[in-house]
Amino acid sequence: MQSFLLLTLILLSIGGYYLGRNRAFAVAGGQIRHLHSLPSFYGSYTALWCGLPALIVFAVWATLQPSVIIDLVVSGMPPELRNLPPDQLNLVVNDLKNLVSGNIVSSTPDAAMLDAANRYHNLQLIGNVSLWVVILTLAIAGAAYAWRAISPSLRARNRVEQVVNLLLILSSTVAIFTTIGIVLSVLFESILFFRKVPITEFLFGTQWSPQTALRADQVGSSGAFGSVPLFAGTLLISGIAMVVAVPIGLMAALFLSEYATPKFRAVAKPALEILAGIPTVVYGFFAALTVAPLIREIGAAMGLHVASESALAAGLVMGIMIIPFVSSLSDDVINAVPQSMRDGSYALGATKSETITRVLLPAALPGIVGSILLAVSRAIGETMIVVMAAGLSANLTANPLEAVTTVTVQIVTLLTGDQEFDSPKTLAAFALGLMLFVVTLILNIIALHVVRKYREQYE
Amino acid sequence: MSTTIIETKSALDTALRPAAEAGKQSSLEVTDYDNRQTVGAITVDHPKMVCRNVNVYYGAKQALRNVGIDIGANQVIAFIGPSGCGKSTFLRCLNRMNDTIVTCRVTGQLKLDDEDIYAPVIDVVQLRARIGMVFQKPNPFPKSIYENVAYGPRIHGMVNTKAELDELVRASLERAGLLKEVDKRMNDPGTSLSGGQQQRLCIARAIAVNPEVILMDEPCSALDPIATAKIEELIDELRENYTIVIVTHSMQQAARVSQRTAYFHLGDLIEVGETDQIFTNPKHKLTEDYITGRFG
Repeated sequence: MQSFLLLTLILLSIGGYYLGRNRAFAVAGGQIRHLHSLPSFYGSYTALWCGLPALIVFAVWATLQPSVIIDLVVSGMPPELRNLPPDQLNLVVNDLKNLVSGNIVSSTPDAAMLDAANRYHNLQLIGNVSLWVVILTLAIAGAAYAWRAISPSLRARNRVEQVVNLLLILSSTVAIFTTIGIVLSVLFESILFFRKVPITEFLFGTQWSPQTALRADQVGSSGAFGSVPLFAGTLLISGIAMVVAVPIGLMAALFLSEYATPKFRAVAKPALEILAGIPTVVYGFFAALTVAPLIREIGAAMGLHVASESALAAGLVMGIMIIPFVSSLSDDVINAVPQSMRDGSYALGATKSETITRVLLPAALPGIVGSILLAVSRAIGETMIVVMAAGLSANLTANPLEAVTTVTVQIVTLLTGDQEFDSPKTLAAFALGLMLFVVTLILNIIALHVVRKYREQYE
Repeated sequence: MSTTIIETKSALDTALRPAAEAGKQSSLEVTDYDNRQTVGAITVDHPKMVCRNVNVYYGAKQALRNVGIDIGANQVIAFIGPSGCGKSTFLRCLNRMNDTIVTCRVTGQLKLDDEDIYAPVIDVVQLRARIGMVFQKPNPFPKSIYENVAYGPRIHGMVNTKAELDELVRASLERAGLLKEVDKRMNDPGTSLSGGQQQRLCIARAIAVNPEVILMDEPCSALDPIATAKIEELIDELRENYTIVIVTHSMQQAARVSQRTAYFHLGDLIEVGETDQIFTNPKHKLTEDYITGRFG
């Protein structure tokens, strides 16, 4: 019903566009030069007047109508229903809605309920019909207003551009508000968590064992929520991954941009980027079934004790996974350094390697740091490989041959399965998320400062 | 230098006027447009560089045909000609900058002080330290003014101590006429300078390596007249110590700064001669057409 209305509105707007355009042609007497704007702008102007006010009213109406109708229905109910406590009233209203839409209801409806359902149904009908009438009137009135306003001197382009400008502003704020929303929701859940577990224990505790008692007398249910082992594990695995990815990625980028022939580059670059397209779960297999046993065997041959799930295996594979993030982006920024920089260096008798290390890399530094940062955030956020190759045990260790776990893996294990959402165990996931957010934010700020300090601008 | 410039200028003016008015072509030796043999004296008494039978190809396309010319020591020689005539290509052959273009192929003989610069024994890195280059668009490195000039001496290991480097940087900036303007801001980025100052910084950067020859590829085309005048003055002063080759689109500039001029036309070297002679008394019809503005 309402989607039909939306469709009608769109069709009306399209009609408005052609009406406005033709009107513009007519008032200009066929001479487009006499118009302030191009005819298509007059068309868009009319379409906007036709569609936009109606759409706004439609949106407001659609959000308000259900609650208004329910208020009206409830106020018409017999007092014994009307005066129920809010949560029970809620149940009654739900029953009512199910009754109207023909769903299963909790009990056989009595007369009062049937009466209310009837009223609900009628009110809904009235509401929908009046919505149609109001929207269509608004749309036609808007189009008529715009149609009348069209004259050669009407600045249609400026008006349309104002609306487009507004649209752009709205789009840019969507991301910001989403971020703020996510942060706030995580923050509130974390505050709940910190009411149950002291923040100092969470930040500085070295024991991670997120168990809570279901019964008071349960055995082995003393939970420990020290997040240090998790962050240490994250740091260890990300560190190993970066040690693999940054040198290999950077050297690959240098080769691709400075040494490789264009033909080779055209093949090798997409091939490298395919690495980024492999699902991480596949990397997980690879890490768990190939790399981890290999490392264990090599370790055994050297007389070392290696756990079958090790931070090294996960880190190595993760490093391979993020090579393309470093190489592809760095290659782009190194390529973007103007040829005149290379020429200037060569003309002074610099060798290729001198030119690369002294001119190209410093000039491309901001972009390179950006690519490394992106790789770091991928490494920190990576979950699948760690679950499969590094294990779940929260060991506090700097030994890459032992099993460790990371923040993201713990968040997943805390929230999978049937959980109650008020126990410290589940709330801990939000606290971990918040910490992770803060840590990556700090990393970003540090990197930004580094870039600003050492950047060499070539424009 | 001012007297020579004024003389050359007035000589140029008188040269342009009669040619435009009546076209006294009595002095022309070649009137056949299709005759692309180089006219004029290609040799000089004290050549710094000697080039013979130079051909340049970009892939299958030939960009330069059979160019032969001497570049005199401590002289300024100007290459002029319409766009795409090969003058910049030839300039880039002189310090083997064309090596960086994969498809480019150079044949013939190019000698610097009797040494073939395309011989296998020649290290292109050392060659470019002897033959510096200044580009059309100022291209300071994204480093401080000091570091821009210190770049060359550093990579060639020309100095041992910081004090020596300081001295060399200051001396180079002084020679490029920039020291006074940047003395207090050596650590500012080179890109913060104005266009003319940037170009002089690039010249300072080139002479810091102490080259024997400086190649300039339209060094003033991105600059305003005042900055241009400063660079031209500088070129005239640098002639004492360096051999300078300048490519320019401005015939007035060629007349003002150069002692010899070479006119290129669509891949051929048409005419070489003393600058005065080229502008007052060209021998080839193509040269005359170009300098009187009938072509290009």
